[in-house]
Amino acid sequence: MTKQAKQKLIIRTLSVLSPLTLLILWELLARLHAIDVRLLSSPSMIVKTLIPLLLSGDLLYNTWISVQRVLWGFIAGSIPGILLGIAMGLSPFIRSAVEPMINATYPIPKLALMPLILLIFGIGETSKIFTIAIGVFYLVVINTMAGVLNIDKIYLDVAKNFRASRTNFYLTVALPGALPMIFAGLKLGMGMALILIVAAELSAAKAGVGWMIWRAYDMFDIEQMFVALITLSVLGYLFSLVLDLVERWVLPWKQTR
Amino acid sequence: MEDCILIKNINKSFPLQDKELTILHDITFSIRQGEFFCIFGPSGCGKTTLLRIIAGLETASSGEIIISQTPKDRPVNSMVFQEQSVFPWMTVLDNVSYGLRMRGIKKAARNKLAAHYIDMIGLTKFTNAYPNQLSGGMKQRVSVARALCNDPEILLMDEPFGALDEQNRLILQQELLKIWENLHKTTVFITHSIDECLCLGDRVMIMTAHPGTIKTIINIDLPRPRDIATIRTTIGYNELYQKVWLSLKDEVQRRTDS
Ligand SMILES: Nc1ncnc2c1ncn2[C@@H]1O[C@H](COP(=O)(O)OP(=O)(O)OP(=O)(O)O)[C@@H](O)[C@H]1O
Ligand SMILES: [Mg+2]
Repeated sequence: MTKQAKQKLIIRTLSVLSPLTLLILWELLARLHAIDVRLLSSPSMIVKTLIPLLLSGDLLYNTWISVQRVLWGFIAGSIPGILLGIAMGLSPFIRSAVEPMINATYPIPKLALMPLILLIFGIGETSKIFTIAIGVFYLVVINTMAGVLNIDKIYLDVAKNFRASRTNFYLTVALPGALPMIFAGLKLGMGMALILIVAAELSAAKAGVGWMIWRAYDMFDIEQMFVALITLSVLGYLFSLVLDLVERWVLPWKQTR
Repeated sequence: MEDCILIKNINKSFPLQDKELTILHDITFSIRQGEFFCIFGPSGCGKTTLLRIIAGLETASSGEIIISQTPKDRPVNSMVFQEQSVFPWMTVLDNVSYGLRMRGIKKAARNKLAAHYIDMIGLTKFTNAYPNQLSGGMKQRVSVARALCNDPEILLMDEPFGALDEQNRLILQQELLKIWENLHKTTVFITHSIDECLCLGDRVMIMTAHPGTIKTIINIDLPRPRDIATIRTTIGYNELYQKVWLSLKDEVQRRTDS
């Protein structure tokens, strides 16, 4: 085995071994009553709760509800974010008109808007989707604008020299040039969406992974809470996996080296 | 032959801190239809700025520029930029055919034309590669092909071969010479090399710096068709080289004296 291959093997083993060790330690401490299982549970107890939840379809149903909310919110936030971000990046007029508002409202925690959103949209799906959309929107719009502003000026000159029409300019220079930053914004937005879904399902929801957490809290069902938390982390992992795949597909010129 | 580009009393200044810095001062000259016109001068004398004004990417502070275009459905000018200007997000093929795409030419037709120029710059193997897989010199060749493929009325080239190795420079000079001697496309060509002026040009304009002014314009009356391999042995080559060099030396002397 070469030195490099050896190193790779060690790295791979480590990345599997270390979480495994942690799980075993957790289980051990729980069995030895070194930790309070009523609060911290144990891996075996969590699995025991997970299996019936999985088999009954309860977990999948709640996950699906949350996934839908996250996806719709993500789409509703990112598409206007990309469009406005590009417009702001390209036009100093639009930028100076909109940027102060964005800068002024960006620091407001999106959670603080929840009551207002509930009052405006009621307790239906719209309010949850809207909360997520707003969180995603800010991250995407700011990153997209920065992406457009960071496009090397020489490419604008090339487009001008080759008489690119407005539409062509958007499609061949502004959008592809800003795409790496847009993706950075989308990834941050996805993280934000997962944070917001739990909060959004706190109030006035009857299903969803976030709702499961709050229900578990009400019933003091720690195992179910852990199952929901694990589901969230799996969701987060899957979403970022999908985004990475899409990025690799849309930005082939970024990774070919 | 009639004038193609007429430049009258062009001045250009850029704001520098709180002052205006004059970059180009009272530039007047004309370029004939179908001429290969070289611009030669020290770094920072405003060659790029002048070319950008001709291209319409920059406006002069004062003065007039008249470009007479024969009525054809052809773009007026295409520029080969001095710095890296190949789109990183497009393949070599899409970069080279960019101008044609902007003109609304169908994909099959423009790819065929582009393939020809990609072959010319020796990058056929890299047709579908992205620029981050190319070396600096290869990117510069793509940039040259992109301008040629657009088939413009006027070709504007800003030190296009400056970053190339000797071998590729010779090949591309020869190719450009061949294309130009076939088509007689009006070409404005900036270079740092006297030899390159003499190999390619009909005339060379020598500029001085701070502010950029025209020192002189020299006719390069070497016979055509020319051959890169043998031009240096042509009668008259050495005299011309000396002529350009002397007017340049003048300038250097004048600046060190003062
Ligand atoms: N946008 C700008 N703003 C301010 N000054 C500029 C700008 N563009 C060019 N200049 C100045 O104008 C002068 C001429 O620049 P230019 O790029 O035309 O020189 P050049 O002759 O092409 O030089 P080189 O041979 O090194 O490419 C330089 O002193 C440069 O600093
Ligand atoms: Mg220059």
